[in-house]
Order: sequence, then C-alpha cells, then structure tokens
Amino acid sequence: MADEPTGPATAPSEVAGAAAEAQPQAELPANEGFEPEIIVFACHYCAYAAADLAGSMRLQYPTNIRMIKLPCTGKLEVIHLLRALEAGADGVYAAGCLEGECHYLKGNLWAKKRVGYVKKLLEEIGVDPGRVEMYNMSSAMGPQFAETARSFTARIRGLGPNPVRPREGFTAAEVVRRQMADVALPDDAGADSTPGS
Amino acid sequence: MITAERKPFAEIYGMTEGHDKVLVAGCDTCVAVCLTGGEKEAEILAAELRIKAKEDGRDVQIEHTAAIRQCEWEYLDAIGAKVEEYPLVLSMACGIGIQSMAEKFAPRLIMPAVNTNMLGMPQEHAVWLERCAACGDCVIDETAGICPVVRCSKSLMNGPCGGSHDGKCEVTTPEKEDIDCAWALIWDRLKAQGREELMLVNRPPKDWSKSSSGGPRKMVREEAKPV
Repeated sequence: MADEPTGPATAPSEVAGAAAEAQPQAELPANEGFEPEIIVFACHYCAYAAADLAGSMRLQYPTNIRMIKLPCTGKLEVIHLLRALEAGADGVYAAGCLEGECHYLKGNLWAKKRVGYVKKLLEEIGVDPGRVEMYNMSSAMGPQFAETARSFTARIRGLGPNPVRPREGFTAAEVVRRQMADVALPDDAGADSTPGS
Repeated sequence: MITAERKPFAEIYGMTEGHDKVLVAGCDTCVAVCLTGGEKEAEILAAELRIKAKEDGRDVQIEHTAAIRQCEWEYLDAIGAKVEEYPLVLSMACGIGIQSMAEKFAPRLIMPAVNTNMLGMPQEHAVWLERCAACGDCVIDETAGICPVVRCSKSLMNGPCGGSHDGKCEVTTPEKEDIDCAWALIWDRLKAQGREELMLVNRPPKDWSKSSSGGPRKMVREEAKPV
C-alpha cells in the first residue's frame, strides 16, 4: 500500500500520487488529476486468472483497480456493492465468466441481475449508476481484462469522485477486504493486481 | 404469507428529515421470505440512506437491526435496548410488526418503510400471487379450492360475470395483465372433480361483517390462555 496516493484531505484534484505517475495519460480530460479508487470483484475462475495473464503478458492497465477474489461472482450480494461505495470506492465492478460458462452454472447471471438492481438503487439516491458495472471474460482474455480496467477507470475518472468518498486517498480497498473476509478467497501467492508484476 | 413492498426511497428518506439518529429495523419472518424487509434488506436500506444523507451533507447516524418477528413481544424485547437508542425507527415489518413496535416502544417514532400488500402465495422464486383476503368466512370448499373473494376482480359469489372471455377477466391493467377468471378456473376444476352441480348453488350475499367491515377483529383462545 506504500505506493498509493496519499493526497491531502481537501480537493479531489489533489488526491493523486504514484498511481497518477504510473498512468500519466488520462483517457478523459474531465476531473484532471483525480485518481479513482476502483474495486473489482473478480471470479477466481476467469477474471482473476485473466488479470494474472495480463500481468504475465506485461500489459499495462491503470493501478487504480483493487481486486478482490471471489469463488464466483454469484457470491456477490447487493450489500457488498453498496458497502464498497460507502467505504469510498469511486467505482465498483464485478468481473465474472462469460455467460453460459460459469463454473457454478448461473453465478455470473445472478451477479448481473444484482449489479442491475444496485444501479436502480443508486439512481434512487442520486448516485450515477455508471459507478457499478458487470463484465464478463474468460481466463484467456488478459488483453480484455486490461482494456476493461482502462475503460472503466476512464469512465469513473469522467464521473469524478464518489460524493461520499473520504478524502484520505485510497482507503476503500482495505475496508472492503475486511468486510469481505468471510466471502473472498485469499490472493494467490505472488499474484498482485499491479500490472506487470 | 404476508407480503410487503418497500416504499419509494424518496418517501422513506423524507421521513428521516430533521432526525440525526435513525434505526432501520428489519423483520426476519414473512417480509424476509418475500425479500423485502429482512435483515439483509434493512442493511441495504440503511446503506442507501447513509450514502444519500452524506451526499446531502447531513450528519445522521443510521444503523440497522432485525427482530426474528416484530409482531411478538418476546422478540421485541431482544431488540429493545437498541431501539431505545434511536428517536426514529423505520420498520420494514408488515403492518402488524410496525404497530407492535409502535405500541411496545410508545411514544417513540416508529415509521413504515414498506407497504404491506397482500397474503400471497410464492408461485415461483420471487413471484407472489394474492390468494387470501382473510375475509373470515371461507367458501373454497364449494369453489374447488379457488377463492372467488380474492381471485375474482369483483369478488363475485355467483360467477362468472359477462366480462369473462376465454378464461380471462376483463380487468386488465399494465400491472395486472392476463388475470385468470376465477370462476372459469372454478368451473374447470369442479368439472375435473365431477362436482359441476356446485356451480348451480345460489350463494346469498356474503356476510362482510366477518371481514374487516365488521370493525377490528379479535381472536381469543380461552383454552390456550395461560393459567
């Protein structure tokens, strides 16, 4: 966590640091200098492996994402997404297997419905529903994993900071990890969400 | 079972106006089974309220809890200490649970976060159909186990009416499309049972005094009361 942005707790534009340096070209001009913190709930069988592959392929993707490994995205509940946003994540997405290829048959389809429901809840409370999303990919789709991370980060960068984000830099991931302790799988030894590791 | 639907968020949020401590209280029986007001849903609502309040710059403490059943004094005792900490409680129980809370913890503010809507049968996962009106005078022995009170749009005791076409009711709204005609269903099943003659029974006007029209109902089982 030492390389994470630790900007002063004032303007979001100041919440930047190493992550910004690691990815100097922002996809959108809006909210310049804003480094979103993004939580990814990744399925052990596909997206997590795809991230690993992206790393092995030395693909670049934003350091803004923090992965939490699940046995299946079907394990993801509505409250998990809300908790992540409440903890200060600027964006949250679930990355599950391709439709029809879930190892538990329909877990990714359940996740898709739950993400859709959270979008509705967010609309109710005036938070942009684009802050949550569902993606599907196979374990062989390393480049797509990297592209998803890039495009979603760009989207959140465009939306600006989560209105309820505490302004102490990147802190949501640790909170979410603690919250998900009874659900998430431990990270693989040596694996990291940092690109190129 | 008793089913309920959550009120629109804006209505619930409006109830919290002017309050700085709010408890969302779920009920883990009927409304939990219909996925509306159990502990899970209480936590979701509390999270939504917290996010919205924070967005609006309000300093509000919003927590959640749940009783096994809000409609029984014993279970309310279990959450009593927590409830006493909050001047406003948003109850996600059915109307019975909400009123039990309001009575138990009077004069504390207990407000409804759900609309109790029916006695429903779970037809399939996440789909409930109204099957009983609790009218106090069951007639389905003569109607092949199909309730004309709740399933006929007019609650006719001697159906069908002229609005029955191809087994469907003439009442159709975007929310209630394709309502089966209860009396067509009754006829089909009576025929299958070989009891068609029951269609010819002339039923007198229903005594609605046994339903809610007779004032609030009370049931006492003397033999079961504690000695």
